[in-house]
Amino acid sequence: MVQILVEELSKSYRIAEREPGFLGALRGITHRRWRTVQALKDVSFSLERGEILGFIGPNGAGKSTTIKILSGILRPDSGRVEVAGLVPYVDRIRHVGRIGVVFGQRTQLWWDLPVIEGFDLLRDIYRLDPHVYRRKRDQLVSMLRLDRLLDQPVRQLSLGQRMRAELAAALLHEPSILFLDEPTIGLDAPSKLAVREFIKNLSQQQGVTVLLTTHDMHDIEAMAERVIVIGNGQVLADGSLAALRATVLAERRLFVEFAGDAPNLVLPGVHVRGQNRRSVELAFDPRIIGAPELIATITANHAIEDIHVEQPAIEEVIARFYDLHDAGEV
Amino acid sequence: MSAYSPYLAAFTSRFLLMMQYRSAALASFLTQCWFGLVRVMVLAAFYKGAAQSDSTLPLSFAQAVTYTWLAQGLLALLPWAADPDIAAAMRTGAVGHDRLRPVDTYNLWYACTAGRMIARILPRLLLMVLAAGVVLPLIGKEELAWAPPSGTAAAMLFALSLTVAVALSCAVVMLINITVVSTLNERGVNTLVVPVVFILSGALLPLPFYPDMARLALFIQPLAGVLDIPSRIYSGALTGPMAWIGISLQVLWTFTLVVAGKKWLSYGMQRLEVQGG
Amino acid sequence: MNTCRLLNRYFTLSIRSQLQYPASTVMLTFGQLISTSIEIISIWALFERFGTLKGWSFGEVAFFYSLLGISFSIAEFVSRGLEIFGTQFVRTGEFDRLLLRPRSAVLQLIGHEFRISRFGRLLQASLILIVASQSLQFNWTPYTITLVLWTIAGGFALFIALFIFQSALAFWTVEGLEAINAFTYGGVYAGQFPISLYEHWLRMFLTFVVPLACVAYYPVLAILGRSDPLGAPDWLLPFTPLAGFIFLALALTIWRHGISKYTSTGS
Repeated sequence: MVQILVEELSKSYRIAEREPGFLGALRGITHRRWRTVQALKDVSFSLERGEILGFIGPNGAGKSTTIKILSGILRPDSGRVEVAGLVPYVDRIRHVGRIGVVFGQRTQLWWDLPVIEGFDLLRDIYRLDPHVYRRKRDQLVSMLRLDRLLDQPVRQLSLGQRMRAELAAALLHEPSILFLDEPTIGLDAPSKLAVREFIKNLSQQQGVTVLLTTHDMHDIEAMAERVIVIGNGQVLADGSLAALRATVLAERRLFVEFAGDAPNLVLPGVHVRGQNRRSVELAFDPRIIGAPELIATITANHAIEDIHVEQPAIEEVIARFYDLHDAGEV
Repeated sequence: MSAYSPYLAAFTSRFLLMMQYRSAALASFLTQCWFGLVRVMVLAAFYKGAAQSDSTLPLSFAQAVTYTWLAQGLLALLPWAADPDIAAAMRTGAVGHDRLRPVDTYNLWYACTAGRMIARILPRLLLMVLAAGVVLPLIGKEELAWAPPSGTAAAMLFALSLTVAVALSCAVVMLINITVVSTLNERGVNTLVVPVVFILSGALLPLPFYPDMARLALFIQPLAGVLDIPSRIYSGALTGPMAWIGISLQVLWTFTLVVAGKKWLSYGMQRLEVQGG
Repeated sequence: MNTCRLLNRYFTLSIRSQLQYPASTVMLTFGQLISTSIEIISIWALFERFGTLKGWSFGEVAFFYSLLGISFSIAEFVSRGLEIFGTQFVRTGEFDRLLLRPRSAVLQLIGHEFRISRFGRLLQASLILIVASQSLQFNWTPYTITLVLWTIAGGFALFIALFIFQSALAFWTVEGLEAINAFTYGGVYAGQFPISLYEHWLRMFLTFVVPLACVAYYPVLAILGRSDPLGAPDWLLPFTPLAGFIFLALALTIWRHGISKYTSTGS
């Protein structure tokens, strides 16, 4: 069942141009010049119930604009948007009661209030039934291990703790849709893992539809089966991460550590990326020579200590993708 | 000249800084114009319905109107708060900094205060003269307008009186500054000071309007010299010998408060040093 | 209703956090009490000297003054969120957060802070009301009590409307928000005197544009059982506080337009 439907969404902003210097400032008072920036151009995609979609793209590509439109706080210029049957910016109050939004860099909780009081306030804001609320709250508190933090004011929490509290806050009203804007930014490794686990669980076991934007590709690898790449306000790719990888950078990497000095290797479909005295990093195209074959060839002719195969780092894939589409950050 | 240049520099830099805060100032100026207008209209209604004739009243209607506009125009003259930068310096401990400079602290702060005050007075005064003295007559509201001084003698005496008023007001602000530094409670001091200054300077209501039995006391208290005395000289309510008595009172209080301020400050500073503050 | 419950919770949280600094709160309240009291001192002194103000006695003027002061102080009690709206919510983008909650933004802004210090003005105005009623030897009846409460309600609506206008301004410009203070504080100042003192243009302004006269002068005439020297019909007088609510409806319309604009252009 389609939960989120986006069709030919377009949005542009007018930005006032400021002339430099004193004269420019004077002139700016009477005569303003405007520059139009196309933030989104005919963006289309849809999400089924329970899907996790990763939204990636360079800065300024249109990710936040999309999330803002989907949340209902921004109106598009043209196109069609429907979230759980409602048009977000038309039925704002109803729509907003059904979604949860987490901004990685800003908190929705009250800075000076203890976490638990922030939750209770949200209960009244969302008009939740007390019993249902209490049950859900306790469940979230235990899942996100917030019990020790409940009495602390939000400003005293560490970043990782705050993010967990944020997630709980966003889910108290049991929304069926969750928007996450850079949820793991600034978190330490264990916190990142915890957040990813939690979100995967949400989608798999509770059927929550999740749309997340992130710069951290490992978030995507861990959570999202599906990825949309946005660049210059347009959808550049929509599919699985593996498919993306395949179209951009099919090559694999082979790391070999030799028993003696590293030899000069010349093989078809293989080029040397880096070389030390005893180790070498090879890039090979698996369509020309397969990994087993390459390994066999090398080990047959040389004594080796260690060997392993890798895919290129996902960041590299994405960066190359942006390059290919000339979509990189200006 | 070189002995005075640090003070002059302090004055000038503060003056220039204050000239930059314009947009909020415009809004508050308009509010002031409005307040002045309402006050003057209310006075007009009181006078028109008065059972007594003008001569038994302490001020004529024209004098009361001009007094009111002067009070609005000279609002920045009122010593109603500690200088915010000095209070901030005190809070952050930069006071010690000022002490390390080879200048007298009182004089330095006085110069800062004077610079700030004059910078705040001039634009508002000019604008208010324009609004109440020029625009009002132009739209036919002559009787509510700000009249010119009642004669050259009055004008000259007013100029003198106003200058002393500035000096007096700065001396009062200095006392407030020192109180704030001593008690470390800027807000509390400001809260108490504002209404007192507002009433006793005549800004709320011209002092002669208060009940007759209080008039002498109100005349000789220090804050009368900040606004009431110059305003009455301007409009001719205080003339000749009375005007000179008024100016003398201003000078006397200025002198007294400056001396008291200096003594208090040095005492307070010594205590700070002893405490290692 | 749930809105009441939400407001109650906002209220409790706000009061509790202010009570954590009792000395400061008391001082602020006391300061408010003093600074709002000085105006009535000047009025009293003028009455002592002149005896009468175009047919109005001190008690009557004090009546206008106190009712307006009471409605204004109650509005000020909840207006903090609206006053800082431009700088703390629009400019920072914090307003997005308010829009992401299934509640009206105005409600959330009102709930933002309940300032205890405004009780200073409320207390002062209430005391003046007592003084006025003594001075006039006023006879309180259920009718007049209802009328007083109705007048205060209308005044509250009007002042909240002014604060909403002030906030809405932030949607269109970042400057000049302080200009509205001329209307709120200036309005309280002008409206506390009987408008029969003023000229025609000001009377019209205070009746039909920013209807301060409708939440002080006219209804108080009805309360005191006096007729309007300017000729407004007697039967109409008790209904005039309605103007405050109409003004509020107007303010909310402008506010909604503002939100529309905000969501179109983004932050």
